[in-house]
Amino acid sequence: MLELGDIQHFLLTRTPALAARYEFLTFRQPSAGRQWLAGVIDKVGTGKSVGAASPDSRWVTVAFTWNGLEALGLEEASLATFPEEFRQGLAARAEIIGTTGANHPDHWVGELASPALHAIVILFTRDVAERERCKQEHGLYLSGIRGVDVISTLDLEAIPPFGCAHEHFGYRDRLSQFAIEGTDEQAQPGSGPPVKAGEFFLGYLDESGSQPPLPQPELLARNGSYLAYLRIEEHVGKFRDFLRQQSDTSEGQELIAAKLMGRWRSGAPLVLAPQRDDPALGADMQRTNDFNYRTIDPYGYSCPIGSHIRRMNPRDTAENIERRKMIRRGGTYGPPLPEDTAEDGVERGIAAFIGCASLVRQFEFAMNVWINDPTFKGLGNERDPFVGTQDGTFDMTIPKRPIRRKIVGLPAFTTIRGGAYFFLPGIRALRFLAGSR
Amino acid sequence: MTKDDWGRPQAMAIPKEGYFTLEKGRYGPTYPRTPACHGFTLIAKIKPGTEEEIRNYGKRLEKALEGSPDVLAPLQLHYLRWVLFDIGSDKYFMYQGIFDTDFDKYTEDAVALFAQMGINTIFEKLEGFPDDWKTNAPAFIKFVREHQCPSFLEYGEYPYVTAVEIKKALRLKKAFSDMLDQMQ
Repeated sequence: MLELGDIQHFLLTRTPALAARYEFLTFRQPSAGRQWLAGVIDKVGTGKSVGAASPDSRWVTVAFTWNGLEALGLEEASLATFPEEFRQGLAARAEIIGTTGANHPDHWVGELASPALHAIVILFTRDVAERERCKQEHGLYLSGIRGVDVISTLDLEAIPPFGCAHEHFGYRDRLSQFAIEGTDEQAQPGSGPPVKAGEFFLGYLDESGSQPPLPQPELLARNGSYLAYLRIEEHVGKFRDFLRQQSDTSEGQELIAAKLMGRWRSGAPLVLAPQRDDPALGADMQRTNDFNYRTIDPYGYSCPIGSHIRRMNPRDTAENIERRKMIRRGGTYGPPLPEDTAEDGVERGIAAFIGCASLVRQFEFAMNVWINDPTFKGLGNERDPFVGTQDGTFDMTIPKRPIRRKIVGLPAFTTIRGGAYFFLPGIRALRFLAGSR
Repeated sequence: MTKDDWGRPQAMAIPKEGYFTLEKGRYGPTYPRTPACHGFTLIAKIKPGTEEEIRNYGKRLEKALEGSPDVLAPLQLHYLRWVLFDIGSDKYFMYQGIFDTDFDKYTEDAVALFAQMGINTIFEKLEGFPDDWKTNAPAFIKFVREHQCPSFLEYGEYPYVTAVEIKKALRLKKAFSDMLDQMQ
C-alpha cells in the first residue's frame, strides 16, 4: 500500500495550475533552515490531501539538494548513504548527461550550479493573482527568519489557449500518462500496465521485483523521490525561421515540425496520422497515445527514429523500458512570442522536473542515451532535435520512400539555462529534517 | 583514413587506462570504440569447486539460444568467448565480449538480461561478486568495472563495422543472389 498521506503530492497528482513560482533557497545556518522548514511543512500537500478534484487554489512542494541536507545539519553517516550521483549534483554530472557547450553549467543562470543552492519551494497556483498573494506571504515569512535567503526565483505561467497545455513552440503537451500501481489513476490506452511504485518512491517494490537499498535513516528515505530540474530556454523565433527555410508552404512546415517531434502540433502522433494532422485524434486521450513502433513503423517512415517522442519513449523498440519510466512536472515560463513577431531576445521556455527513484538509472540514462547519444538506434550523427545538445554539427534523418530526407547541421532550438538534483522527502521525513539535532 | 573505410584494416594501441581522454560515463570512464568495436575482457578468480557448474552452464546457454535465438540481441554482440584457465593452483574465468554498444550506456539492460538468462549463476561463482546484485545494480556494475582488463591493442580486418551492418550486407547479397536465380 502506498502511504499517500506521507508522500508529497507533487509526483502523484497533476494539479489544475495555470501559474507557478520556483524559489531557490540557501540556508546560512542549520537552525535557520530547520526553523523555516518547520513553518512550511503544514502547507505541503500530500497524495491524500491533493486529489484530482482538489478544491485548493495553491499547492506547495519542498525539496532539497544534497548540500541542502548537509546545511540542515544532517549527520555525515546519513549523508554518505545517498547515491553518488545525487551527492555530486547535476552540474557536476554535466558531461555525463550531455549538457556541454552552450548548455554547460558555466553559462547557467540563477546560481543553480552553486553549492549554495540548498532547497527549492515549488508553488503551483490556480492563477497569477493567487501566486502573487502566496509570493508575498512567503516573503513575509522569510523576512522573519534570519539565515534563509532566496538566491533566485522563476515565475511560470501557462500560455494560451488554456484549454490544454502547450509549450512555446506550439506543441500540445502532457499527452502521455502511465499509471502507478497503488494509485487510483487509470492508465491511458498505449501507456502500458501500471508501473510499480518503487520506480518513483523509495521504500517500495520496483520493477525488478525487489526493494533497492535505502539511504539512512529509513525514516528520511521512505516515501521520498529524486527530482532532476531543468530550465530549458526555447528559441521560438529561430525555430520558426528554421521551419520557413525548410519549406515554402505552411503544410510543408507543419510536416517538418511534426517529423522533429513525432507528433503534429495538435498532439496527433505521426504513427497514427502519417500524412496529415488530425486534431481530433490529438485531443482524444483514449487514442493519442495508443500506438507502438516495432510492427507499425519499424523504419520510421511515419515517425522518424530520431524524433523527440521516439527517443524519449521508444516504447516496444527498447529493452527494459519499464525501468526507464519517469514522471514529468513543470510548466512554461516567459511570454509567448506572437506568431508574426521576430525573435525578441526575451527568455522563454520550459522549467521541468523529472521524478524518479534512481537518477542514474532513469534520468541520466535518458539524457545520456536517448537524448544525447549520436549513435542512438544506429543513427550515426544525431541527437534529440529539441533537448539534445545541438551545435550545428548534428543531423536529422527523415526516412522517406524512395530516398530519405536528411537535414544536415540542425540548429539548437533550445538552451539549458540551469539544472539541479533534489530529494523530495515524505512528510515524516520533512518533520525529521526540521527537528532539532 | 576515416572510420567508414571498412576496406582498410586498422589497429589501435590503447593506453594503460583503457582510454585516450577521460570521458565520464554514468558509472565511470567510458572506453573508446576501436577498429574491433566495443567490448570488454573480464577476468576473475572462481570460487573453489565451482568449475563443473560453470562448464555445465555453457551447455544450458547453448540450449537456451536454440530455443530463442534472439535472446541476446539487446547486447548487440558480435562474439562472446568464455574461457576457464589456471594461474598456479587457482582457476580463473575470462568473459570476453565484442559488441557495438558502449557498455556504460546499456549496462543496466545487460544486468537485467543476465538475470533473465541465468548468466548470474556464473557470476555468483566468482570471488568478490556482490551477493545483493539483484537489488544493487551499481554493485554489480562496480564488480564488472573492477575486473575489466582493457586491451592494449585491438585490430579490425574490417574496422568499425557493426553487426547490424554485416547482417544487412549479407541480406542484401542474398537478395541479389535470389534475384539472379529468378532471372535464369
